[in-house]
Amino acid sequence: MATLIETRPQPFSFVGPILAASGAFLGLFVGTAQGAGLMGMVIGAAVMAALSWALMAMNLPRRPVRWGLAAVFAALGFVLGGLMGGLIGLAAGAFFDWLTFWLADGRYRAKLPPYLTAGQVLWHYSFRVICGAIFFFLIAPIVVVMPLSFNAEDFFTFTPEMLSLQPEGYSLKHYQDFFTSSDWQSALWNSLTIAPVATLLSVSFGTLAAIGLSQPHVPGRRLIMAILISPMIVPLIISAAGMYFFYSRMGLQGSYIGVVLAHAALGIPFVIITVTATLVGFDRSLTRAAANMGADPVTTFFRVQMPLILPGVISGGLFAFITSFDEVVVVLFVGSAAQKTLPWQMFIGLREQISPTILAVATMLVMISVALLATLEILRRRSEKLRGMSPG
Amino acid sequence: MKYLTTLLTASACAVVAGAGHADDRMASDMTIVSWGGAYQASQQKAYTEPYMAMHDGLSVIWDESSNEAVAKLRAMNEAGNVTWDLVDVEGPDSQRLCDEGLAMEIDDDEVLAAAPDGTSAEDDFGDSIINDCFIPQIVFSTTFGYRTDVAEWGGKTPDSLCALFDLENFPGKRSLEKRPKKNLEWALLCDGVAKADLYDVLETPEGVDRALAKLDTIKDDVIWWSSGADTPQLLADGEVVMGSTYNGRLFSVIEEQHQPVAMLWDWQVFDFDGWVIPADLPEERLARVLDFVKFATDTQRLADQAKYISYGPARASSQPLVSTHADLGIDMAPHMPTNPANQKNYLVNNIEWWADNQDDVEVRFQAWLAK
Repeated sequence: MATLIETRPQPFSFVGPILAASGAFLGLFVGTAQGAGLMGMVIGAAVMAALSWALMAMNLPRRPVRWGLAAVFAALGFVLGGLMGGLIGLAAGAFFDWLTFWLADGRYRAKLPPYLTAGQVLWHYSFRVICGAIFFFLIAPIVVVMPLSFNAEDFFTFTPEMLSLQPEGYSLKHYQDFFTSSDWQSALWNSLTIAPVATLLSVSFGTLAAIGLSQPHVPGRRLIMAILISPMIVPLIISAAGMYFFYSRMGLQGSYIGVVLAHAALGIPFVIITVTATLVGFDRSLTRAAANMGADPVTTFFRVQMPLILPGVISGGLFAFITSFDEVVVVLFVGSAAQKTLPWQMFIGLREQISPTILAVATMLVMISVALLATLEILRRRSEKLRGMSPG
Repeated sequence: MKYLTTLLTASACAVVAGAGHADDRMASDMTIVSWGGAYQASQQKAYTEPYMAMHDGLSVIWDESSNEAVAKLRAMNEAGNVTWDLVDVEGPDSQRLCDEGLAMEIDDDEVLAAAPDGTSAEDDFGDSIINDCFIPQIVFSTTFGYRTDVAEWGGKTPDSLCALFDLENFPGKRSLEKRPKKNLEWALLCDGVAKADLYDVLETPEGVDRALAKLDTIKDDVIWWSSGADTPQLLADGEVVMGSTYNGRLFSVIEEQHQPVAMLWDWQVFDFDGWVIPADLPEERLARVLDFVKFATDTQRLADQAKYISYGPARASSQPLVSTHADLGIDMAPHMPTNPANQKNYLVNNIEWWADNQDDVEVRFQAWLAK
């Protein structure tokens, strides 16, 4: 299809304004960082407009010009902001060269259907830019924490040494602190002993509840479902305060069992929801067939039903695990200092002593969460394939 | 449930049996509530580590909840399940806990050790015993730090508190605590009120307005903090050029982290920090806590704490024993808020006045903040 589309060179009156606009956008950030946003915008726009005009007017050989310009930008960045500035300059130079020629040659239409109007082409690309910006704003705050966790200083600050990529600006000392400090290690141990047991309880009770509630003959099942799911809907602080007074009277407050039970209650709704969703695609005639062949209900469950709904059970279990592993409000109420979990320790650290050890822990937790969610996604795809919903 | 109870009882017996006969009637674990961070670390090194070395089998659990100590103790009391044995609080909080009957009243001379020269504990602690429940530990102060590399200041450095309000000579953002206490006093002092008249002026309705009007002059340049760790972070970042925080935090920024920051002692505000024992502890736990407190507040232990953090010991007899920093080896005396050179101008936190007026002034301050 692409060969059918004629890519026409575009005039400067088209390329110039776009380059100027994107230059102004970049200039806004650079300028704001220097304390003069408006100035940055104007300079950015002017530089980019002039650059694109120069590139288009002087019909020089492409490849050397592009390399040369990227090098000029990199050198400029290096002078202004050291090694990091140089890298940013290189990227900016390469990008704007590419953008200029891409627009000037009319290549931007190459992969689009030929019948699109100019407005539709504009929307096609604006849509992608908007999506990119949304991803950026969602992910940047998480990503920015990661380099900071390698800070050589005890503050949440990008030091000049870090920005110029000097090795002495970086260190693993906050990771070392995490692995050697008894506070952090006992918090990690508490989290690792609480979360799996809470998960096990959530999964057992949640799966049973989901199977029971999916039987059409259970009376009042919508009401029961609503009550079981309520920990997910009721504000956490209310559940926590309620649990605190209830568990105190029961003698469970401040005990390991108390925290496990509280976390299990929080995890059950996730298991119920995911397992109920899996049960929708479960063919009930299979259990009847098993019964017909003489299997008792327990055998039927473990040999026939369980393997088929396993993806739902596991993904519910992962959610329950993450809930317990990330939870700070309930454990602050129901637990005592002997059950201090990782999020609790991070909360204290953030309030009493802003130490990048928290960032090191956060980086590791993000990695664990990413791994768990990736597992979840793989399971979901497998489940869809099993249910024949996806051709993959 | 019965099985569980048996199991718990059995393990509790095993733990108690293992604790040894010397501490027969004392609990073998103890939950201490403190502030976390460097301050709690100094307590661990100076108090609990030597104490645990003397008592085999004792385990100490730390809970960093001093910030919410009053609310949490109230809730624990209501729920009938007090899990804390010893709580580190600031003077004003101890007053509230004592007034509400949540903290135990103690007889200082009986509970606390006398000074080595025989001076009674009550005389040795002197003014720092601010109520019947409070067992003083340290004197700390709220003071100012400023960056030493601000280009706009043209080489000038602030030498008085009122530089805070001097945007012309010392431009830049400042950080102040998001509470009226101390800020109002400082504002009035820089508005020409004498130290002696401070609370007489604040008492009048116009007094608070006058202080807020003074704060209005810098309001646009203030970043408000709520945690002691905020100002050090903001100063290190260069987000603010000066800010108030606790003197021990600034010591850490300047001497331990080597940031380009200096200290301004002018009109520092003194506060006391110490222990309270929750009311109505079971006998065994109380015996353990009393034994620990007697040890941890003796003359040598209080002086030892100053090796790890720049807060002044609350006992007069500990002052001469203050030596050098444990890691840095620098002399700690000049970094103490109680050092005479740092005390040219100072205030002492007026707990009584604030206890009477806190609620009312807080509301007006928050309304002013929101304007």
